[in-house]
Amino acid sequence: MGSREGWLAGELRRRGISRRELLLFSAGVAGTFGLPASAASQIAAALTRAKKPTLVWLEFQDCCGNTESFLRSSAPSVGEVVLDLLSVDYHETIMAAAGFQAEDALKGVVKDSAGQFIAVVEGSIPTGADGAYCTIGGRSALEIARDVCGKAAATIAVGTCATYGGLPAASPNPTGALGVADAVPGVKNLINLSACPINAANLGALLTYYLTYKRWPPLDGFRRPLFAYGKTIHDNCERRAHFDAGQYVEIWGDDAHRSGACLYKMGCKGPVTYQNCPTIRWNEGTNWPIGCGHPCIGCAEPDFWDRMTPFYKHLPNVPGFNAGAGIDTVGAALTVGAAAAFAGHGVLKGIQNSRKKRNGGANPPAESGPGGNAGSQP
Amino acid sequence: MSHVVVDPVTRIEGHLRIEAEVDGGQVQDAWSSSTMFRGIELILKGRDPRDAWAFTQRICGVCTTVHAIASVRAVENAIGAKPPPNARVLRNLIMASQCIQDHVIHFYHLHALDWVDVVSALKADPEKTSALAQSISDWPLSSTKYFAGVKTRLKDFVERGQLGPFANAYWGHPAYKLPPEANLLAVAHYLEALDWQRDFIKMHAILGGKNPHLQSFLVGGMATPVDPDRQASINMGSVARMKELTARARDFVTKVYLPDVLAVASFYKDWAGVGGGVGNYMVYGEYPETDDDKPPLFLPSGIIRNRNLGKVEPLDPAKITESVKHSWYEDGAGQPLHPREGLTQPKYTGPKPPYERLETAAKYSWLKSPRYDGEPMEVGPLARMLVAYGSGHKRVQELVGTALKSLGVGPEALFSTLGRIAARCVETVLLTEKIDGWVDALAVNMEKGDLRIHDTGKWDPSSWPKEAFGAGFHEAPRGALGHWVHIKNGTIANYQCIVPSTWNAGPRDGSEKRGPYEAALLRTPVADPKQPLEILRTVHSFDPCMACGVHVVDVQRRELARVRTP
Repeated sequence: MGSREGWLAGELRRRGISRRELLLFSAGVAGTFGLPASAASQIAAALTRAKKPTLVWLEFQDCCGNTESFLRSSAPSVGEVVLDLLSVDYHETIMAAAGFQAEDALKGVVKDSAGQFIAVVEGSIPTGADGAYCTIGGRSALEIARDVCGKAAATIAVGTCATYGGLPAASPNPTGALGVADAVPGVKNLINLSACPINAANLGALLTYYLTYKRWPPLDGFRRPLFAYGKTIHDNCERRAHFDAGQYVEIWGDDAHRSGACLYKMGCKGPVTYQNCPTIRWNEGTNWPIGCGHPCIGCAEPDFWDRMTPFYKHLPNVPGFNAGAGIDTVGAALTVGAAAAFAGHGVLKGIQNSRKKRNGGANPPAESGPGGNAGSQP
Repeated sequence: MSHVVVDPVTRIEGHLRIEAEVDGGQVQDAWSSSTMFRGIELILKGRDPRDAWAFTQRICGVCTTVHAIASVRAVENAIGAKPPPNARVLRNLIMASQCIQDHVIHFYHLHALDWVDVVSALKADPEKTSALAQSISDWPLSSTKYFAGVKTRLKDFVERGQLGPFANAYWGHPAYKLPPEANLLAVAHYLEALDWQRDFIKMHAILGGKNPHLQSFLVGGMATPVDPDRQASINMGSVARMKELTARARDFVTKVYLPDVLAVASFYKDWAGVGGGVGNYMVYGEYPETDDDKPPLFLPSGIIRNRNLGKVEPLDPAKITESVKHSWYEDGAGQPLHPREGLTQPKYTGPKPPYERLETAAKYSWLKSPRYDGEPMEVGPLARMLVAYGSGHKRVQELVGTALKSLGVGPEALFSTLGRIAARCVETVLLTEKIDGWVDALAVNMEKGDLRIHDTGKWDPSSWPKEAFGAGFHEAPRGALGHWVHIKNGTIANYQCIVPSTWNAGPRDGSEKRGPYEAALLRTPVADPKQPLEILRTVHSFDPCMACGVHVVDVQRRELARVRTP
């Protein structure tokens, strides 16, 4: 493989991408991580040295949304080069081969590259009906996940279904669906990229991190990289000033809504959701859900389909809530239906408990990440 | 006789398995099976109907808008909410963008490799490729130098020895007919389309905050404020950006996609006689042009039977029924239940995984078999274009006529694998012509001072009836989609979906009539049962979306009768 070293440099030249542009791209990646600008040249150097590691992408009880997000990977042309950095040997949605030839491709990777390849998992893994709720090539999702993830150097669970069970695991979880951590306990180097779906920029950043540093990034208690899950939506929200000033949307399309006021009263889950949407935004920075006028639904959090619903009921209390003019209004609004729902439900409490539970769960933090569990969250 | 199993069928959404009997170089019989089940309708019970769009949206991340649209329409229908004109226009823009982007991705990234031999492109002469490109289109990326660059890139990729997603395919199969220069042209456009789709879908980020899984839907309207004088609303900046995106889409679709489809089709005219299938077509209709209760639709609804383009019947939803004889569900004693009691439970009775063969004489799929008046119906772009053609839609007749003329074939060629590909492209051209007008409509409405986006009077559940039924219909990229909801005391008592891929990919019904995939595969040629490329061609021409197709609850006549089209 040594002879292939530097192919990316040639690739970049052929595609008319200058070293300067690569550095600019690397600076963008560094920015996503909050790394100093000096890291850009290190990233650029690593990208041009790298040979193509093998990646297989498994789809189980999924909607293909994470794959679609992957296809929207940003940074035109250079982003595509980053895709070329990997040898994607199995991905049902894009691969040319089908049937047993496709299965052979996967078996080949597991056999020949055991311990060296990256597995990406999209979709939850059903445990009911002896695995019959999801089969591929006649094999159950559970059997495939055990086989493939068990032999991978690292497994990246993409989307809330693969990380925590997601929608199929929402109450009453008719198929016994689980995320990778619970379905394949003890799997090596598991990284969770939750969200529904993932933001492609975070997957790109994660892979670049690995290719550059040859290790995985530090993770939070849910095994999510801190660079993307270190702060709440609320912390960085462009409407935060309206929250602090007590300026809220109360009716869809009212003056406050058109002016970009805070969506807290319309049910926004930004205060309890850890994700970098407000800073990286979506679709090459075009927009993001709160930017278009709809509350955050908390899609990066475990069990959000049960814990964050009803989506349009606002949170009963928010840590760090400004005790200014707005609080009385919010307090009054709490008595209208929402209070009952949330007092019984104990949303915040529940989320905190769930965090604790998973913190102390069966899966140790990533082995190669310094610090592993940074435990920075409430 | 060979028993051919294609599982996984790749380059689709979801998990599909095809089993076929091949003899004498042809498919003699075929079985279509969906091998994944989630039970989303069961999860919806007891929840707030205003949340249902977000749950059902996750049925599919490819057609990421369609279940959200059908869901808000169903709940609005139940509670009597009436979205204002801006919401209708915003939804039309979202739906049309979805359809345009989805169809282009389908052709280049999901279907093209059935017709395009990537390895053969390595033998192409870039000069000949350039001449071919310039003979079919004035798309500017067509120089010899450009194609030489694509060829070099491909060559380097292959020589690195890691073929990734292009490994183990059927390259060199005798059914590939394109000359090397056409293959190289298609490879170049495969890559261009990858960039284009990422750019065009910013329409959805503008209108829905993000794609996939847009987040601007509301029961009763849309959450995207419109105001030409505000920074945080859809304003004239958004309008300008959308106009630019739609103009570029029109350019790409008319100068790349359409010429490519016609060029590729000209080498595969024999496929105009393959893959016809059931010959019945059903369309709910789409794109309401006004805010009336029964608005005129840009694409009309209707039924065509036995390929008779001369007679488009009006759609009567009361004629829809479903069979579970070959599906992994409890039969409910075979008695149709009232919708308020209707409950079908999943019950897997197939072989325990890992398995080699399904029991195709018994139950063999997680899909059910929907039927219209007892007959299987094909749904999707071909159905829509045929119904529009037969209903006298002038522009559709022109576009279809031009395509047929350029290929030198008659309208009977439409009932085929090739016809599906052509119809999908014609629909894309039609929508890229139309979509700009909806952007303008939004601007005009704002100028009039109408900034309403939501029927606010129906937001609070206290304004709803104690019990209500509703239905929402939509023409998704892959065809006729319906959601039905039963709301009781402000929560969901029952929820049901009948989805395009259920119509197309469903198994045999109670009278052993094959579903559209199964019927379309009959007599499909198969040169080598170990490399069933031809089976993929016909199945892919439907654009399978399997996660969408699986659902659990029976639909009853009485309930369907109250359905109204969008």
